[in-house]
Amino acid sequence: MKRGAVRRNLTAHAFLLPFLCVFVIGVVAPLIYSINLSLYQERMVGGMTFAGLDNYTKAFRDNLFHAGLGRVALFFAIQVPLMLCLSLAAALAIDSGRLRAPGLFRIGIFVPYAVPGVVAALMWGYLYGDRFGLVGEIGALLHTEVPDLLSKNWMLASIGNIVTWSYVGYNMLIFYAALRSIPEELYEAAEVDGAGAIRKAFSIKLPALRPALLMATTFSVIGSFQLFNEPSVLQNLAPSAVSTNYTPNMYAYNLAFEGRQFNYSAAVAVLLGLVTVIVAYAVQRATARRERML
Amino acid sequence: MTVAMGLMLAYTLIPLVWLTISATKSNQTLLDSSGLWFGDGFHLFENIRDVFTYDDGIYLRWFGNTVLYSVVGAGGASIIATMGGYALAMYEFTGRRVVSAVVIGAISIPASALAVPTYLLFSDMGIVNTPWAVLLPSLASPFGLYLMRVYATEAVPPAMLEAARIDGAGELRIFLTISLRLLAPGFVTVLLFTLVATWNNYFLPLIVLNDPELFPLTVGLHQWNALAQGGVATATPVLPLVITGSLLAIVPLIVSFLFLQRFWQSGLAAGGVKQ
Repeated sequence: MKRGAVRRNLTAHAFLLPFLCVFVIGVVAPLIYSINLSLYQERMVGGMTFAGLDNYTKAFRDNLFHAGLGRVALFFAIQVPLMLCLSLAAALAIDSGRLRAPGLFRIGIFVPYAVPGVVAALMWGYLYGDRFGLVGEIGALLHTEVPDLLSKNWMLASIGNIVTWSYVGYNMLIFYAALRSIPEELYEAAEVDGAGAIRKAFSIKLPALRPALLMATTFSVIGSFQLFNEPSVLQNLAPSAVSTNYTPNMYAYNLAFEGRQFNYSAAVAVLLGLVTVIVAYAVQRATARRERML
Repeated sequence: MTVAMGLMLAYTLIPLVWLTISATKSNQTLLDSSGLWFGDGFHLFENIRDVFTYDDGIYLRWFGNTVLYSVVGAGGASIIATMGGYALAMYEFTGRRVVSAVVIGAISIPASALAVPTYLLFSDMGIVNTPWAVLLPSLASPFGLYLMRVYATEAVPPAMLEAARIDGAGELRIFLTISLRLLAPGFVTVLLFTLVATWNNYFLPLIVLNDPELFPLTVGLHQWNALAQGGVATATPVLPLVITGSLLAIVPLIVSFLFLQRFWQSGLAAGGVKQ
């Protein structure tokens, strides 16, 4: 190797070093630590003993864990497509050039992203309520019985609405940025070839959107399967509708901090992480064959 | 189309209008006036004063903590990710493929999945309930690194680096004087994403902190809300505090988004488009 090459090799490592340090402390170490922890059990007699995969087999059979996982899977299957379609429609509308004041729509729809999840949940929690919320007021105005959005039956939909509200603009912006990056010449060439608006949408816009769609779905998988903030805030307002195992993340949290079952909680957290990665990967396979992040 | 988009805009903005209007109401008017119009009297300034004085001004502490966690956490994470992403994009070096693969894999491990393990690890290390427990994990942003790698590949022409090298500039000097300027939009994008993430962070601080003096706004506000819901009798009604405090908590982020708008949009395109 030439001297210059060796020096550049060292420089590159030096530039990466700070990241690698915080990456180890913030990601790798907790991961290894919790995998290790999940392999042990705290026994009344004998204290901490090696348990192999016992915690995992327990989690596999744990109905409370299944219930939470089922809930977030249902949430993912319904909320994510709805939200992404809304975002996509908004991005296409803003990009179409046929909208008055597109800048206003862009920033206005994006603004909720800047609202902390906890504040969003607090706010919507009040809005849902019939005491001084908007929903009750609208019901009174229309003289109709509005369903209790904080009841057990409506809770998942209510949470879905909060998450949609928070992230619809964020996803719209990712799609919009992808649409803006399409070179103008491509449209011109298509027009010369006689392509109409629909043809252009399917042959130029959709393929250009694929990587952005991939990124948005990946983050949505993570968001859905790791759901915590919104349900745990709403739990305050409707304790009977949100159980302590409402989502797997809440379950892991409650196992550790209410139940002091740190080993089992670690196994649940690891398993949940695995499920998240697997679903993210599967969704990526389905959305895009060529471009993949994983 | 404009009508449909108008409905969507109403959907995103009405809750914020509600929040703003509600912040002008006293506890009693909150309960018995219409949600989308002002009640009798304008209590915004009174509410703001109450927010800042309640419980010996703990809100100001939370605000300060949030600023500290965000500025140090997000600022540090952005600098670290920029350096790393630049290295991955511009240098051929041993271990590059491994680092890329591991980091991209890590993007799908969300911070919240690591919160409980982080608590357990940090409590063994003895840094639970210190600002470090929030700051250290915030500094690692695999997504920021990924975005910067993509952005640097696009924004920094290798020929320019070669030219600078021939002129005798060192690698650090090239980075600081040439590359950093080209990377600015990407840097601002990463900064805004990490800023939002740290400002809005709830799960991690909830777990690793138990001293209210160290809380960020999110955890503090949630605690106030629990107090308001619990119906605990206090000298000052807590409900207006939760609402006004929430409003004050989102203002800085919205302002910074509006200010930095034109910088980050070009950077955003990179992450979503190129691979």
